[in-house]
Amino acid sequence: MADRQIMNDQDIKRALARVAHEILERNRGVEDLVIVGIHTRGVHLAQRLASNLSEFEGSEVPVADLDINLYRDDVKSRMSPRIRPTRMPVDIQGKKVVLVDDVLFTGRTVRAAMDALNDFGRPQQVQLAILLDRGHRELPIRADYVGQNVPTAPDEVVRVRLIETDGIDEVAIVRAEE
Amino acid sequence: MSLLNAIETEAQPQIEAAAVRKRRRHVLDLDDFSQQEILEVLESAEGMSEVLHRDIKKVPALRGRVVVTLFYEASTRTRISFEEAGKILSADVINMSASGSSTEKGESLLNTGLTIQAMGVDIIVIRHPHSGAPYLLAQHLDRVGIINAGDGIHAHPTQALLDLYTVKEKLGRLEGLKIVIVGDVLHSRVARSNIWGFVKMGAQVILCGPSTLLPLDMLRPSGNDDQDNPLASVQVETNLDRALEGADVVMALRLQAERQNGGFLPSMREYIRRWQVTEARLSRANPDALVMHPGPMNEGIEISSTLAHGGRSVIEQQVTNGVAIRMALLYHLSAGGE
Repeated sequence: MADRQIMNDQDIKRALARVAHEILERNRGVEDLVIVGIHTRGVHLAQRLASNLSEFEGSEVPVADLDINLYRDDVKSRMSPRIRPTRMPVDIQGKKVVLVDDVLFTGRTVRAAMDALNDFGRPQQVQLAILLDRGHRELPIRADYVGQNVPTAPDEVVRVRLIETDGIDEVAIVRAEE
Repeated sequence: MSLLNAIETEAQPQIEAAAVRKRRRHVLDLDDFSQQEILEVLESAEGMSEVLHRDIKKVPALRGRVVVTLFYEASTRTRISFEEAGKILSADVINMSASGSSTEKGESLLNTGLTIQAMGVDIIVIRHPHSGAPYLLAQHLDRVGIINAGDGIHAHPTQALLDLYTVKEKLGRLEGLKIVIVGDVLHSRVARSNIWGFVKMGAQVILCGPSTLLPLDMLRPSGNDDQDNPLASVQVETNLDRALEGADVVMALRLQAERQNGGFLPSMREYIRRWQVTEARLSRANPDALVMHPGPMNEGIEISSTLAHGGRSVIEQQVTNGVAIRMALLYHLSAGGE
């Protein structure tokens, strides 16, 4: 079955620009903001969002990388994922953290990310920015900023590819393999 | 069943498993690890190392898992680093040693293993004076993962992985490096696992020591010509000065005092004179060469004190990295599978 493209490079660029504006609007600037990307693709999206923010606002926004695999509730049922170093260059105590990931699905990754954040301090607020919300939540979690909402079937696979990791910017739906 | 059979039946499925990415159940030696899998463990250890440097060294990854360290031999760093690794990952760690357990009443290793399995333990970390003991447990226990923390003179895979990690961390690569392992290689499980590890990662391994203490049987198994011998690239050099020429890593091994009485050495003085790793000898190696030792050290015998605590020594980093590697392995064995 052929892949169905949801977003091309221009769509992704515009969505990230809009989300950056929404973050500025809601937080009235970049003061006390920390952008935290969830490995792997969330890290790259966080970098792009941060550079949008500093472009629009004229001041740098700190970016952190978070690996959440050690906080998952389903270690036993997944193949051993690679653990990547978490990079937390600033103290998040009392800050406004914007978590960034590529796809919001069951919400379990975000729950794990919130646990992980807690080990580094107590942010004043945690917000969630997502490139693509595909529904099927298993936890009471919603995104504050959404690049695009896309209804999907549970067995479909959403494939996000980014220049930094895959050489192309694209979001597509592919049928689950047999 | 003989040890040889145990090795074959246990190791074989895992070689295939690496190809289809099936779950690894045991860590017995590095001979059944692919280069890819070693790299994955080293990369995960880097992530684990970040956790080790946090203010709060605790993550919930292995909550509810039980790890037993079953040590039939003395150990400081290996046992404690496994315990610390398990605890940082939130596993429950139970330490057991042969003394004070039912072993003193004559319980066999197998029955001890079955007893521990019946208690619902997830992973057994075993050290045993007999080569092959971890394979026996891996063969007969079907619900417990086994990690070999040193068996006789056979293997010490977690030490080898932490050595690989330390070299890669310090020198940025493993491929093409010249690794010199000096001393009693014959009786060294650390060296034997390191030979597999470094060779798999594309390094050049040179073994140096008195010819009575070099494991020629391991390097050139009978009926195995060089073409299908995975260790064919390993070189042997009894002259330490020649061996150290251009070396990137020098690893000194502990010379067990009892070897002197076993007819392996003419005298300790001769050993020191010909094979002690010293500053003067190290001048033949690369300027940024690393000095390693798996511990515990006999300073002044296999390595000079100034070198052991000098600027090129990474002996303390080896210990720190040991915790990260053991975290990565405990996690690696616990993930996936269902």
